[in-house]
Amino acid sequence: MQRSLYIDPDKCTGCLQCEMACSYENEGVFNPSKSRIKVFTFHDEGRFVPYTCTQCDEAWCLHACPVEAITMNKSTGAMEVSDSVCVGCKVCTIACPFGTVNYNQDSGKVVKCDLCGGDPKCASACPTSAITYVDADATGLDKMRAWAARTDNAGTAN
Amino acid sequence: MTWARKILRINLTAGTVKEEALNMEWAANYIGQRGLGTRYLVEETDPACDPLGPDNKLIFATGPLTGTTVSTGGRYSVITKSPLTGAIACSNSGGFIGAELKSAGWDMIIFEGKSPSPVYLHVQNEVAKLVSAEDLWGKSVWETDKLLHEKHQDPQVRIAAVGRSAEEGCLYAAVINDLHRAAGRSGVGTVMASKNLKAVVVRGTRGVGNIKDPVRFMNSVAEQKQVLAENAVTGQVLPALGTQVLMNVINEVGALPTNNMQEVQFEGANNISGEAMLEPRESDGKPNLTTNAACFGCTIACGRISTIDRTHFSVENKPEYWGNSGGLEYEAAWAMGADTGVDDLDAITYTNFICNEDGFDPISFGSTVAAAMELYQIGAITTDQTDGVELNFGSAEALTWCADQVAMGVGFGRDLGLGSKRLCEKYGHPELSMTVKGQEFPAYDPRGIQGMGLTYATSNRGACHLRGYTVASEILGIPEKTDPLETEGKADLVKAFQDATAAVDSMGLCVFTTFAWTLDNMAPQIDAACEGDWTVERLAEAGERIWNLERDYNIKAGLTGADDSLPGRLLKDAAKAGPAEGRVCDLDKMLPEYYELRGWTPSGEVTDEVRQRLSLPA
Repeated sequence: MQRSLYIDPDKCTGCLQCEMACSYENEGVFNPSKSRIKVFTFHDEGRFVPYTCTQCDEAWCLHACPVEAITMNKSTGAMEVSDSVCVGCKVCTIACPFGTVNYNQDSGKVVKCDLCGGDPKCASACPTSAITYVDADATGLDKMRAWAARTDNAGTAN
Repeated sequence: MTWARKILRINLTAGTVKEEALNMEWAANYIGQRGLGTRYLVEETDPACDPLGPDNKLIFATGPLTGTTVSTGGRYSVITKSPLTGAIACSNSGGFIGAELKSAGWDMIIFEGKSPSPVYLHVQNEVAKLVSAEDLWGKSVWETDKLLHEKHQDPQVRIAAVGRSAEEGCLYAAVINDLHRAAGRSGVGTVMASKNLKAVVVRGTRGVGNIKDPVRFMNSVAEQKQVLAENAVTGQVLPALGTQVLMNVINEVGALPTNNMQEVQFEGANNISGEAMLEPRESDGKPNLTTNAACFGCTIACGRISTIDRTHFSVENKPEYWGNSGGLEYEAAWAMGADTGVDDLDAITYTNFICNEDGFDPISFGSTVAAAMELYQIGAITTDQTDGVELNFGSAEALTWCADQVAMGVGFGRDLGLGSKRLCEKYGHPELSMTVKGQEFPAYDPRGIQGMGLTYATSNRGACHLRGYTVASEILGIPEKTDPLETEGKADLVKAFQDATAAVDSMGLCVFTTFAWTLDNMAPQIDAACEGDWTVERLAEAGERIWNLERDYNIKAGLTGADDSLPGRLLKDAAKAGPAEGRVCDLDKMLPEYYELRGWTPSGEVTDEVRQRLSLPA
């Protein structure tokens, strides 16, 4: 079974535990600026929204890469960047419609979410379950359940 | 590690920026943040100096756990000498700038001297420079934040700034970071403005690492996050209601100071409570509270994000206040609500916004307005002083007018900016000032919670709930229930809370973790992260050392044991209602025992024996 990151912004408090977990797993330091998942704050609206790569099946980044440095991990479904192949041309960062592939000045390579090989640290660090790692075929289940709970038992629409 | 081992020293007079190594011997003894910042202040300044003169210094300090993934590990403190109290000031704040500073590679910034013209400090990792702030002077914190974000074209920079109230000399001006987080008390913002320093702008992309034992650290952090999640207070109550859960609780136990502490219960308490913030309002069907919010790394998330009812008189013609911002926390809601007799939730949410927008402490502000209202009640202040505004207890219009005046530092706002003590002295009634060491009380009446009387009287920064929150034990039963009306055993309790809190602050953590954690939960985390062996005993001893260092500073600044007192109202006038009816605060039954436990002289001075035992400077 493949799983996907499922994000529910309504549950996010903006604590950045996910960003720290991500940067620590990938860079060895607690460093939100190097995180592959980002929490955006919309101050006037009072909203916090975590955002990261959704691992497109027909991935723009993969198709744009001239050296085939981006490949799909068959077991997790993640599009992974091979550091030894990547030449840092950044074409994938232009191709990605969502902005979730980014260049890392220190390494000269691009970085993106790779689902931590199937154990995404952002999800396990999230204290409110705003980020969960669920069955890829059933990411809508929670929303369906929430709407199902709102149906009117009495059955009348007057 | 995980100290960055680097200090940024800014000489504002000369306009120079220097890098220095952190004194690691001191770090081993004073941990970081509050403790270590105070150690530097003690070493480098004369405690008798003029708080608003160039000889005072202003220190922004992080802790060793600031910027790590330990829950709540994002805090910093501003340490200086207070213009409000003449004692040590150390104001702690969350938000994000503390972690950003650490991530830029700095433990601490020491500002010294006074800039000849307005400047701000821009820190981008290793590079720090002073930049002209002529164009920002006279602007609010919110406007300053917006202009600096635009100027630096980086949505990720974190900003701390002072507002117009600080520039105009309000003695309880705050340093506001991330728009609505405050190093709030004792006028640390006033000191910052006195140095012509408008803002600190930080971007750090280096990160915080060098964890001593990474596997043990990550396991310990995960385990302790779970403890916070499973605890009823930190896991459920604080996220849902914030600290505002206390409004009804404290009112019921008869310890909610009302109308400048004339009463101990407030009829309108429920209208301004955490529960009321969840009630949909008539105009738009939305509640006051939009969502809860976390500071950096915090898995509790007690912060409030709120809106004001657009049809409310305070904002109906001011669309700039229709969006969300930092909402009411208990102390602010109490000071601007119960203590002024105002039970209008939107009015106090508005004044809370103004406190953040222009950078002043809502506790001292609300308490000072309450004192002004009592002066008005007895006729010592009249409408001659207030442009015709009637300063009646319970008047939301008077409260919002006062906030606007203090924000701009104009008219009667200049009197209010003096704080309760100087205001009451000016109008001939010093007995009406509800202060200790010149700092206004927070939201717990010591007639109904006796231990808090001792906490307030002995707090090194003047009346304060964050120096030893015995409410946890006396009311909430954490970690063990004690009787709030009993004085026996309170000296011990207060000392233990004071020492532990000093250690918590100095590590870079939030005191709200202590609803679920004790030092037993913290020691394994700092021990796995930082060099040296960190045990519960060592943390408690460091806390005691820090407490005594602060005390010693105050004595050298000219304070004495006589300053460890409470206003006569709390010592002589019995509570009129509730469970504490007929009681005064029996401070005299607790204070001598407290001095003895501390090992101080009967007049409250630190002895050479204590200095030696704790390796304090002479």
